Amino acid sequence: MKISREDVVRVADLAYLDLSEAELDSYRKQIDEILEYIGKLDELDTSQVEPMAQVLADDQSADATLREDLVVPSAVADEILKQAPDPQPPYFRVPKVIER
Amino acid sequence: MTASWTIDSVKDALAAKKISARELAGEFFKRMAARNAELNVYLTISEERAYKQADRVDALIARGKPLPPLAGVPIAIKDVISTRGIRTTCGSKILENYIPPFDATAVERLEAAGAVFLGKTNCDEFAMGSSNENSAYGPVKNPVAVDRVPGGSSGGSAAAVAADLAVASLGTDTGGSIRQPGAFCGIPAMMGSYGRVSRYGLIAFASSLDRIGPFAKTVRDVATVLKITAGRDPHDSTSAIAPVEDFHASLDKPVKGMKIGIPREYFGAGMHEGVRKKIEAGIEVYKKLGCEVIEIRMPHTDYAIAAYYIIATAEASSNLARYDGVRYGLRKQSDTLLGMYRKTRGAGFGPEVKRRIVLGTYVLSAGYYDAYYIKGQKVRALIAQDFRDAFTKVDAIITPTSPVPAFKLGERTSDPLQMYLADIYTVTGSLAGLPGISAPCGKIDGSLPVGLQIFGPAFGEARVLQLAQALEAAGGASL
Repeated sequence: MKISREDVVRVADLAYLDLSEAELDSYRKQIDEILEYIGKLDELDTSQVEPMAQVLADDQSADATLREDLVVPSAVADEILKQAPDPQPPYFRVPKVIER
Repeated sequence: MTASWTIDSVKDALAAKKISARELAGEFFKRMAARNAELNVYLTISEERAYKQADRVDALIARGKPLPPLAGVPIAIKDVISTRGIRTTCGSKILENYIPPFDATAVERLEAAGAVFLGKTNCDEFAMGSSNENSAYGPVKNPVAVDRVPGGSSGGSAAAVAADLAVASLGTDTGGSIRQPGAFCGIPAMMGSYGRVSRYGLIAFASSLDRIGPFAKTVRDVATVLKITAGRDPHDSTSAIAPVEDFHASLDKPVKGMKIGIPREYFGAGMHEGVRKKIEAGIEVYKKLGCEVIEIRMPHTDYAIAAYYIIATAEASSNLARYDGVRYGLRKQSDTLLGMYRKTRGAGFGPEVKRRIVLGTYVLSAGYYDAYYIKGQKVRALIAQDFRDAFTKVDAIITPTSPVPAFKLGERTSDPLQMYLADIYTVTGSLAGLPGISAPCGKIDGSLPVGLQIFGPAFGEARVLQLAQALEAAGGASL
């Protein structure tokens, strides 16, 4: 067994994800099978391989893709707040996080 | 009447004043009203914006002005791509009522080219799936055979074009999500090189893999939509600075003398015999056209799915952290902030998304990061090296798009791993960042379409399109 029920509980906690008892059980089993399959990567000796952290070609240099750090006008706040589940312009309102 | 339109036939009909852009849009909305209940292709229909766009085209025609390249062309957009003022759900309950305040760059470029937006197409939730059955709004039916899946995750975008409910569409491809539905629905479908099309406004799934690309009825139309959407965008620092080639200049040139690599690893066990026969027939076409067909080896192919599902889920777990009920989308109330996050995410995400968040968080978590995530990145490097080695010997690589034709609805939903393995031939090019197309290559027993996949080197889109065009011109769809 690659992953225990406790592991799934711990990981769901890290991801702030409520899971039902039934979900915990079915995900544990399914993810265990997937990790079992992923285990085939251990057949490969990768000790001399650099991880591939960048997909774009080497000539895509930072010089070519970074922009000037300029102050530009932005007037999007009202429109963005319209999408919020509980807006109190100019803020997003959330349950209290600081004890008085 | 269900005439099959192409970009060129729209252009001709508008120029000859046989139809107005408004009438054409109306014809498509009529077809959609007639068929969408059955096929479930569109999640949101955008009549208001479409008619505004069409009226602008009609005004240009009335004044005798030159028309932009997509003038009046009805186009569908996958529902993970942001459209200003048009609901964008990602196939998820967590964004059920989300209306983006801006357009994705690809969308903006299509509009500037005169396109008419019909609506937003159904897809697997957050583009996670290979059958479109992970949509919170129900599966799309394959218009070729309605008891079968259209493929995924861009199932709606593929089905819209295949059912003549759009002339072209945008999809997204992370591990095969454009090419595989293109194959299942029998139309050409293309993923350009990583960075070829700006992702600004694409709602992220896995940022080192995600790409936007077109579906259309013909390879020529695929080339047109790709050309218009491609190119550097200051809003997306991962968009490539490499110049966009003139795809159409080489499209109809002979392919004689091109070297095509056939990797033996893509023709192993698990492939449907019908698929094998059609792909072999497709390869014969290239031989007859004077291509040199060479067997090659790509030894790390068999490890691609494992590496892909580490990297894609890791990135997804990070990207999807933003859905917390604060700024947009669903909120489930709780007395505490953390409780609100947990309840919102638990209620808003569907099973496949939750499964991938758990797997992705696990492979990134302390103690497992090196064993899984770094291992996956190293194997990714080996797969990319396989391609670089191959492209020192050949101009293009040909494989099947999928080991199987469209499967029946419900047939694979109970076993996530079996569903993942459906992407076995497409994820390699995704990991390597290379351009790939699925081109129609016959139908099994005259009914189920097969897709032939062509990979090219980075930014070799023109060559990939040229080869796909050669197959199409040689009658590839009816092999």
